[in-house]
Amino acid sequence: MAGIPHDHYEPKTGGEKWLQKRLPIIGLAYDTLMIPTPKNLNWMWIWGIVLTFCLALQIITGIVLAMHYTPHVDEAFASVEHIMRNVNGGYMLRYLHQNGASLFFVAVYLHIFRGLYYGSYKAPREVTWIIGMIIYLAMMGTAFMGYVLPWGQMSFWGATVITGLFGAIPGIGEALQTWLLGGPAVDNATLNRFFSLHYLLPFVIAGLVILHIWAFHTTGNNNPTGVEVRRTSKEEAEKDTLPFWPYFVIKDLFALAVIMVVFFAIVGFMPNYLGHPDNYIEADALVTPAHIVPEWYFLPFYAILRAITFDFLFLDAKFLGVLAMFGAIAVMALAPWLDTSSVRSGRYRPMFKWWFLLLVIDFFVLMWAGAMPAEGLIPLISLLGTIYWFAYFLVIMPLLGVIEKPLPRPATIEEDFSAHYPKSKPGGEAPAAQPAE
Amino acid sequence: MLKKLSLATAAAVMLSTPAFAAGGAGEVYDYDFSFEGPFGTYDENQLQRGLKVYTEICSGCHGLKFVPLRTLADPGGPHLPEDQMKAYVDAMFVSDEGANMHLYDAELDEFRALAPTDHFPAVNSAGAPDLSLMAKARAGFSGPNGTGINQLLKGMGGPEYIASLLTGYTGEEKEEAGVTLYENKAFPGGWISMAPPLYGEDVEFDDGAPNDLESTSKDLAAFLMWTAEPKLIARKETGFVAVIFLTVLSVLLYLTNKRIWAAAKGKEE
Repeated sequence: MAGIPHDHYEPKTGGEKWLQKRLPIIGLAYDTLMIPTPKNLNWMWIWGIVLTFCLALQIITGIVLAMHYTPHVDEAFASVEHIMRNVNGGYMLRYLHQNGASLFFVAVYLHIFRGLYYGSYKAPREVTWIIGMIIYLAMMGTAFMGYVLPWGQMSFWGATVITGLFGAIPGIGEALQTWLLGGPAVDNATLNRFFSLHYLLPFVIAGLVILHIWAFHTTGNNNPTGVEVRRTSKEEAEKDTLPFWPYFVIKDLFALAVIMVVFFAIVGFMPNYLGHPDNYIEADALVTPAHIVPEWYFLPFYAILRAITFDFLFLDAKFLGVLAMFGAIAVMALAPWLDTSSVRSGRYRPMFKWWFLLLVIDFFVLMWAGAMPAEGLIPLISLLGTIYWFAYFLVIMPLLGVIEKPLPRPATIEEDFSAHYPKSKPGGEAPAAQPAE
Repeated sequence: MLKKLSLATAAAVMLSTPAFAAGGAGEVYDYDFSFEGPFGTYDENQLQRGLKVYTEICSGCHGLKFVPLRTLADPGGPHLPEDQMKAYVDAMFVSDEGANMHLYDAELDEFRALAPTDHFPAVNSAGAPDLSLMAKARAGFSGPNGTGINQLLKGMGGPEYIASLLTGYTGEEKEEAGVTLYENKAFPGGWISMAPPLYGEDVEFDDGAPNDLESTSKDLAAFLMWTAEPKLIARKETGFVAVIFLTVLSVLLYLTNKRIWAAAKGKEE
């Protein structure tokens, strides 16, 4: 593996040497775990571990839930109640899985916005960023299909509305929608394929996560300064980095434990807070809920979808809404090529900071607008929010790089770290039992 | 700056999201229930009174098809003695010939089929919704301004909605397209097709508890919360143990982390 110079695994015993020649798996594990990591990483660099944990939690609880769930329109809702009432610990498995999806998205949004602020998407980490965006899309697909499985009112009508989007594509739309649903409307065929894909996609995500980690282990982590680790020699690299184990493993586990306290408090004491009451009513194709809304993590993009209320040229509003929704994610994926700044980290970009803050506010405004009925000022607010979202990536990002005058940056990560911890010894090695002052 | 932002993000996600969980526009009174808050539990006697109200009045029209009858004897619920539970099932079977249930059978309990065979019947009269999950299928609280933030403190408000609905009839009636509608302050839209089911003193309670309209409504609402969330107490206990354990783990990991980094940061250990 290319990247930051560091010590590699040396098999010592006869058995290790024998295995290393045939399958260098211990070496791989060693290099992965001992990877040199910038020592100035702050607390926004913990979300990767939280996300890995979420994926494992969702897969494990999901596999057990699937043992008790029945993907059939007549049985699905009852089988979820069977899990809640009769399966040992079933209520806990189900609430962990349901709220685990929310934690997953809280973590992924913080992870993405961290990347946007510190310029983690910039060269040479474009591939990591693109894989991350694909993971995010796969997560949205998985979560959407998972929400259909309990076969409540919001499951059914959410599926009807969202698959209807594909019907808006000119020409092939209707045929595509029928093909996706397995029939003219959301029904048993839809439920069955959504169950099958909801089970498949997490493993695709797991594979993509391995690629994501492989990519950034090749380039090395970004860090809050955006200054690269010196890598001309091992000695120099060691002044900027510390090995992942134990420094960052323990740090990340501490952060994860704190987050788990909050997570288990929500699961234990208010597990339905983030859910929708209508999903405790069994799906009924004849009764439309007064107000169909997706889960909270889709709301910003749902607002963008509904923001377009006018036809343009030969394209109708619905199709433009679909284009805007997918476009909103596409422009984010293109960030590495839209950002023209020579400086990576937002910390040293005085103008960028404010535009970025506005983007975060925009995200929450869109989330709120997506939750509200599309009446009164809401469509206008959604439209303004949508315009800013696109303007940020397509106009502001390219322009800022040209007009902004960045602040001076530290020359090395070591310099940044020493500024925080003046007593730290260059090189980060443990000072050998210095006398107490 | 991002650190501050992340906190704001987390807080905002917690606060902003249940906006869509908004209930109807009806007036819902915030009744006190014993099962509210992280430490609240069901009151067995209240659940038994609610069961009686359901049996004598509601069950004429409404079913509870997701609730296994045997769970009436479960701890953390009405907790009927086993013989009373069996007697209840026997009586129900005799009076309800068309129902989709069989006699409770302790041996069957071990080999339960997925299809409900030992459940409350799925009644009944046209249009009357099943009540098994009603307390979770309605959100009584949605304020302020439809954001649902108050659910953090008050809870979702399902049982409060049920009790408010039962006490919310004004006595006004009107007829629309051959259907009689009754004015109700808690019902979204204000007019409901269900005739007032309770008037007060409808049921005599064995434990001598008050049977005025409000008390009876609250007892029934509590019982329906149990039918919707039968594992509430076990869930809160699990949550409580998990929170304590994880808090201890967090402290230990904090100390471990501090110690590990001390040398690198040049701090004294």
